[in-house]
Amino acid sequence: MSTASHGEYYIPEPSKWPIVGTVALTTSVIGAVNTIHAGEMSLLLPVGLLMIAYLFFGWFGSVIDESMAGKYSAQVDKSFRLGMMWFIFSEVMFFAAFFGALFYARVLSVPWLGGAGNNAATHEFLWPAFEAVWPLLSNPDNTKIVAPAEAMGAMGLPAINTAILLTSSVTLTWAHHALRAGNRLHLNLGLGITVLLGCIFLVLQVEEYIHAYNELGLTMSSGIYGSTFFLLTGFHGFHVTMGTTMLLVILIRCLKGHFTADNHFGFEAVAWYWHFVDVVWLGLYIFVYWL
Amino acid sequence: MNAVVEEHHDHDHKPTGIGRWLFSTNHKDIGSMYLWFAFTMFFIGGALALLIRAELFQPGMQIVEPEFFNQLTTLHGLIMVFGVIMPAFVGLANWQLPMMIGAPDMALPRMNNWSFWLLPAAFGLLLASLVMSIMGLGSAPNFGWTFYAPLSTTYGPDSTDYFIFSVHLMGISSVMGAINVIATIMNLRAPGMTYMKMPIFVWTWFITAYLLIAVMPVLAGVVTMMLTDRNFGTSFFDAAGGGDPVMFQHVFWFFGHPEVYIMILPAFGIVSSIVPTFSRKPLFGYSSMVYATASIAFLSFIVWAHHMFTVGMPVAGELFFMYSTMLIAIPTGVKVFNWISTMWRGALTFETPMLFAIAFIFLFTMGGFTGLMLCIAPADFQYHDTYFVVAHFHYVLVTGAAFSIMAAVYFWLPKWTGNMYDEKLGKLHFWLTCISANVLFFPMHFVGLAGMPRRIPDYALQFAEFNQIASVGAFVFGFSQLIFLYVVIKCVRGGEKATDKVWEGAHGLEFDLPSPAPFHSYTTPPVVK
Ligand code: HEM
Ligand SMILES: [Cu+2]
Repeated sequence: MSTASHGEYYIPEPSKWPIVGTVALTTSVIGAVNTIHAGEMSLLLPVGLLMIAYLFFGWFGSVIDESMAGKYSAQVDKSFRLGMMWFIFSEVMFFAAFFGALFYARVLSVPWLGGAGNNAATHEFLWPAFEAVWPLLSNPDNTKIVAPAEAMGAMGLPAINTAILLTSSVTLTWAHHALRAGNRLHLNLGLGITVLLGCIFLVLQVEEYIHAYNELGLTMSSGIYGSTFFLLTGFHGFHVTMGTTMLLVILIRCLKGHFTADNHFGFEAVAWYWHFVDVVWLGLYIFVYWL
Repeated sequence: MNAVVEEHHDHDHKPTGIGRWLFSTNHKDIGSMYLWFAFTMFFIGGALALLIRAELFQPGMQIVEPEFFNQLTTLHGLIMVFGVIMPAFVGLANWQLPMMIGAPDMALPRMNNWSFWLLPAAFGLLLASLVMSIMGLGSAPNFGWTFYAPLSTTYGPDSTDYFIFSVHLMGISSVMGAINVIATIMNLRAPGMTYMKMPIFVWTWFITAYLLIAVMPVLAGVVTMMLTDRNFGTSFFDAAGGGDPVMFQHVFWFFGHPEVYIMILPAFGIVSSIVPTFSRKPLFGYSSMVYATASIAFLSFIVWAHHMFTVGMPVAGELFFMYSTMLIAIPTGVKVFNWISTMWRGALTFETPMLFAIAFIFLFTMGGFTGLMLCIAPADFQYHDTYFVVAHFHYVLVTGAAFSIMAAVYFWLPKWTGNMYDEKLGKLHFWLTCISANVLFFPMHFVGLAGMPRRIPDYALQFAEFNQIASVGAFVFGFSQLIFLYVVIKCVRGGEKATDKVWEGAHGLEFDLPSPAPFHSYTTPPVVK
């Protein structure tokens, strides 16, 4: 099944990676559940995660080799582009679920618990003392679920983090322009700064979490405010981690001399992803921290 | 053009051994794996259903414990939705899309294989909990296929966490599959095949893929919230912390209603391929079919709370979701009208695929009508959570989606295998299936309207006769499917040779290829005029 026999189409050889991926994911999820249930690390979890790392290196490695060997036509390139685009769209929808939960709580269910609409009875009979104020510094049932002492403000760390991410989008675009102009120095510089900014963002985010847990009493289990706060910012932070790692890989590839001025889909895919992560942050900043 | 294909066909060296399947990058092999997977799950899910029907044969507790009964209904629903209908449609897409648009394969063949292999893993996890439950080691998921909080959060058994990750794996599989479909259709169409020249099955799958990409991640989101509510103290679905169990239902049904269209749009595509073939007339109103499909997909995002009329929504919400749901009947009606107009004054013959397609049109429409009854909010206060709902969704899913899949298998099997199936046995299968399905599901309307609740192992005496009739129908239906299995195996093994065109009235690029179709469908793109 050589490439040539398919005319102008490219069809990859049979590949072991899908099976590796399946085994890796299955091992990881069983490990994750066992860890949760036992309350201590199950060996399967790190093994599974290592396998996922191996999968990424192996699979993407072979795709990079094929690409460098010039096997990909413009058509394959377009398939990859479509794939990445719609993958990002699916990520948008994943975040939409959590934003939806946030809006539902803020606009509907919390006011209802406070007696709004035709829900007076719930309020009256279950939690008459509850007042609907966002962010919730008092939960309907404060004995069962301890509310945070203070809310996370929008100034300070979150504002700095916003500036950092916005700047990183600019430096990444700068790198992209440099790549297209054939200026490798600026390309590497721009990418390097972007990776650095990504790392700083993550460090500050950890800083903020420590502050929230230790000083504000704002935790995952402090009611709907903490739940939405940590799941939204947490998944965003996870995506920043992924994005930074991907940028790092691209930086290493750039240093190795990969990519040309008009053929650099790997770079673009990661750039799209980074901008997406950036936009999600803006939504977070506005609706979780600010308003 | 044919010569090129033929020549290539001669040295069509397929990989051999187990590696052919494990490492496959071939759309036909992957399609076959999907179809066989779905077929296997069909029998497993079916066995659970027969246990349910055996228990319900008469009032009182006979065969299973109530706790286990709940696990049966839950797993039956999950398996049929995620393990049968969806994978079967993906299998059909894999086989047909590249051939129909004149491509050699799917756009991203390796990812294609990954999409498939995640499914056995996901269902392995899910079925493992059932096996454990049978062995007396804890309970399998027992909260219904809709896994409402707090049944699945506060009260869910330990296996719920495996269930959550199993859903994650299915979700990843579906999203990757959908991305592949979109990339294939947008990028690999033969020169000259504009969007409005695509076969309608391609169109319906194209739109289905968008639905999948849009809602599977939302499902992943809701099970993630379940996971953290169960294990990490969040209170998304707990009012004590300011959350709301009803919010679960909103997020779930935002996924869930588009999901039911994911399970029916490809069926529309199949019926729209079969009816013209056996009517020997082109499809009536091609472009209106496309627009109707798109409108249904759009509407499916704004009707979800018709599943929640009784949870205490504001009246404005009740009205909005009632009227938006009613709107869906319009594009659906356009489709039914078009199918019937296609048959009007056609030179009809009634081979097995056509029989299933006609049964689909009639019975799916009945399901649509009961849907319209259900979407009238005040009436739904009476119907909700009764067997009437069960009757509704079995008409749209069994005599709708499942019938279309059977029709598709009979329709394209000769193209896939190069052999005709046994027409006599096919017809026998059809008549047994069609009659028994109605014996099984029709009485459910009556007991439902009379007030029999769904998801219960025991019921009041006055419902006994209709339940007995339904159970008899169920067993006939179940065992009739063994005929289907036999016909398929027989056809794969041999039989009268099929011509390239297979059916006298057949049209489309897949029927220009030889039967059986070569391993790599179109290695040089055909030109479509
Ligand atoms: C004209 C089209 C349709 C209308 C107006 C409609 C309406 C409804 C309504 C109002 C309900 C909620 C009933 C209740 O729980 O009280 C319902 C349930 C359901 N429908 Fe439909 N429907 C339509 C088509 C379909 C189709 C095409 C499918 C799938 C192929 C489908 C699958 C289902 C399922 C699975 C349920 C039950 C979910 C559950 O509670 O477990 N429906 N339908
Ligand atoms: Cu619905």
